[in-house]
Amino acid sequence: MNARWLVAGALALACAGAAVAAVQVYAPTRSHHAWTSIETGRYLARAGDCESCHTAAGGQPYAGGRPVPTPFGIVYSTNITPDPDTGIGAWSQDDFYRAMHEGIDKQGERLYPAFPYPWFTHMTRGDVDAIQDYLDTVKPVHQVNRAPELGWPFSMRSMLAVWDKLYLDAKQFQPDPERSAEWNRGKYLVDGAGHCGACHSAKNMLGHADTSHPMQGGMAEHVFAPNLGAGERDGLSGWTREDIIEYLATGSNRYATAAGPMAEVVQASTQYLKQRDLEAMATYLKSLEGPKPETPNAPDKDTMRAGATLYVDDCAGCHMDDGAGLTNAFPPFRASSAVQAAKPDLLIAVILNGARAPATSAKPTGLMMPAFDSKLDDAEVAALTTYIRNAWGNRGGEVSKGDVAKLRSTLASAPR
Amino acid sequence: MAKRLPEVDVVLVGFGWTASVIAHELTEAGANVLALERGGWRDTVPDFSVAHIQDELRYAVRKQIFEETQRSTLAFRNKLDQLALPMRQLGSFLPAAGVGGAGVHWNGQNWRFLPTDFLLRTHNEQRYGKKAIPDDMTIQDWGITYEQLEPYYDKWEYLCGISGKAGNIGGAIQPGGNPFEGPRRREYPLPPLKRCAATQLFDKAAREVGFHPFPAPAANTSKPYLNPLGVQMGQCTFCGYCEWFGCANYSKASPQTTILPVLLKKDNFSFRTHSSVVRVLTDSDGKRATGVVYVDQDGRQYIQPAQMVVLCAFAQHNVHLLLVSKIGTPYDPATGAGVVGRNYAYQLSSDVNVTCKERLNPFMGAGALGQVVDDFNGDNFDHTGKGFIGGGYIALWNTGGRPILQQYLPEGTPKWGGGWKKALHEDYLYSTHMQCHGAVMSYRNNYLDLDPTYTDDYGNPLLRLTFDFHDNEHAMSKFLTDRATDVAKAIPNRGINPKPRKGHYSIVPYQTTHNTGGAAMGADPRTSFVNPFLQSWDVPNLWVMGSSVFPQNPGYNPTGTVGALAFWAAEAMKRYMKNPQPLVQA
Repeated sequence: MNARWLVAGALALACAGAAVAAVQVYAPTRSHHAWTSIETGRYLARAGDCESCHTAAGGQPYAGGRPVPTPFGIVYSTNITPDPDTGIGAWSQDDFYRAMHEGIDKQGERLYPAFPYPWFTHMTRGDVDAIQDYLDTVKPVHQVNRAPELGWPFSMRSMLAVWDKLYLDAKQFQPDPERSAEWNRGKYLVDGAGHCGACHSAKNMLGHADTSHPMQGGMAEHVFAPNLGAGERDGLSGWTREDIIEYLATGSNRYATAAGPMAEVVQASTQYLKQRDLEAMATYLKSLEGPKPETPNAPDKDTMRAGATLYVDDCAGCHMDDGAGLTNAFPPFRASSAVQAAKPDLLIAVILNGARAPATSAKPTGLMMPAFDSKLDDAEVAALTTYIRNAWGNRGGEVSKGDVAKLRSTLASAPR
Repeated sequence: MAKRLPEVDVVLVGFGWTASVIAHELTEAGANVLALERGGWRDTVPDFSVAHIQDELRYAVRKQIFEETQRSTLAFRNKLDQLALPMRQLGSFLPAAGVGGAGVHWNGQNWRFLPTDFLLRTHNEQRYGKKAIPDDMTIQDWGITYEQLEPYYDKWEYLCGISGKAGNIGGAIQPGGNPFEGPRRREYPLPPLKRCAATQLFDKAAREVGFHPFPAPAANTSKPYLNPLGVQMGQCTFCGYCEWFGCANYSKASPQTTILPVLLKKDNFSFRTHSSVVRVLTDSDGKRATGVVYVDQDGRQYIQPAQMVVLCAFAQHNVHLLLVSKIGTPYDPATGAGVVGRNYAYQLSSDVNVTCKERLNPFMGAGALGQVVDDFNGDNFDHTGKGFIGGGYIALWNTGGRPILQQYLPEGTPKWGGGWKKALHEDYLYSTHMQCHGAVMSYRNNYLDLDPTYTDDYGNPLLRLTFDFHDNEHAMSKFLTDRATDVAKAIPNRGINPKPRKGHYSIVPYQTTHNTGGAAMGADPRTSFVNPFLQSWDVPNLWVMGSSVFPQNPGYNPTGTVGALAFWAAEAMKRYMKNPQPLVQA
């Protein structure tokens, strides 16, 4: 591992050297590429998981083109390689900082907030500069950005000025002197580079995250990203700091295995974070309040009976009759906050499409859950989901056939 | 014209069990390794998904995941004076095509051979005299001992998460295990699978007749298992769809569930699917392998140069490749000279069906859920006056109770109609069967060569298999079947139906996929193709894996020994890479 880092570092240095020597080709306007800054940037780029969004399936790293679905249409990620024509090789440090801090690109165009600048705005100037120093070392790729596919009026970038005026609070993170340095570091990572709230916080009609009730659950692309605040049933009250750290570092813990978009986040991002940063994030998350507890109505008995039968046939082999799962292999459902989340989408999506656990260096297997979309119809998935969300002391309310049908059709037409 | 590709350190022909082990070991040692697989990529999800894998018609009857005879087959005859005919449908044995090889569709019955199995000729001559071995029986010692292989058996069993009960730890006999096994260094990594009704009946009955039953070692996990590579396995659900199916929930050991998650992440490993190797290339004096030629799905040919070539394909395919590549001296039954194709052997199995008085629920099964008696395997008993050497185990396997092929209904049950339905209704839940799994010795006239009549898709002659059972095997099988019947009689039953295997070997009904020999290992280059390290005597940078190196076939399923030998050979390859010389001087 160390040797690999050294090699990568040497390559990065060589690339940086080449970039400096051939100004016309890569055209970086900055000459300052200190080793420590590049390595800090590499780390923060991982913490922000830049590569995942800025790389298309099968595409070149950081060359963009990955479709990012939003409620308003599809936005394609952009090329952030140091290519001077189609990437950001010609951007100055100020250009890059303005994009990260204010959501405005070099040409002065406003960026869509699918790019999480409302979160990156909290990052320090030094950290943002470091990310740019690192990006200067990646392979430049000539790839023209793809125009977003948004309906009117969202297609008008001028609308974004209004949005920014309404919602963007462009100021760097201010530490809370009442809190520990660890807590502040955690909040800085969660709210800044990590942009966790982009998925895990509730958003209004225009996609603005509710920052006064952070991390209480929100939409992540097509599925619900669960509450990370307190909550006996659907929050992290039952998780210790160590549980959170293990989850982020390895992809699973005794309560849950990352699935859906979070599996990618763990595999590409959080597994690489330093232990003390994971500890800080866990400390911060454990301090968060949860949404007001609600008790959903008990589901219909016949639905539960139908769901129980399906569960024995299709699920109990791995997840066990008592919903306890199998330690280290298959996640439990009993007392699971993800299963009892305010919305059932993630559970439905995993049943329909299957899921792959993150393959991390600590847990390399990447166990997979098969898709049941061809085997179970909407009513069956609804009954099964209802059962899982309400058996063994769980309480998650009833899931309707319509909920399943809607998500099935969304997932079927989702860009991959 | 074949396209020449950049050289690799090691090219593996095939990407099943042995290739996965070799690839893991040699990439850890720093080598750049490439595997070439004739079939496609396969993984637990989506290929063996629980949403569709329990489909007996598709997988067991229509043989979805095996090799296709229209692409690859062999010609068969029983005797030298017969015309061999191509095998047009799979029957007696079921080789795989695809990543993971037969390691995907095996049952998981995982054994060590007995210490005396490795010294077969020496031991039997010493105990029973030279005359006990017929002139045409060409059995030989392996060139290694059980004690040499023991650490590698251990490594293999811990890789796979074998569920079992040790019978002999360091020479101390352990209650509940197999008292006849060779000494092992420690207990199995997992406890035995939960017992089912049928295995309990067998256990009780076998004890009553004075035998020593024990739970079969199983590559089906009795608990979730994290192997030494860091790969996580699930826990067997007893769905009964192991043999001829891929496992749906990560609980049967296969390359996919034990090695590939780690191997595939390595920068110094790669593999190509739909790449059929048709030749091993050698330099002008034939002393060094220079690489292989393979053909892709569209018929394009490639030359893949390599510093080392390792044959990891199915047993007969390794031998076929040696013969068409003109490496080593082909075996000639007329003179007994030559080694490539020599000492082919198979397995001789027979059954005893039992309709019990107790209800068994046979559909709850696992590939290696079984209770076994090893009292009559190898030389675990005195053969004096019995008229044969060797033996086999007697097992009650509860591999499953699938609806089409796994109903062991009483003798005389009609094949269809009202009578069949009535028997099924009354007897299915009470039916079980025992298997006698017997050794097959090697003989002068059982061998592999190139067929003079038929050619394959690539213009190569087909492999020709000449094989028949001999008196020794029939006598052994009758003896085993009688002992199994003794056990069956001690089970409270409504009927017993012994089904001894008689007459000539037939390639039509399924028996086992345990084909052995043709590139035997040994200490003497006149009777073996590879030395005790599985390195070719003639071409020291060429190695042969798998059961093709067995000099004869003991009374156990081969995979445990195939795996142990792969680890053993990998150690030797690492020594060879530092100093590329023959590891044994001929």
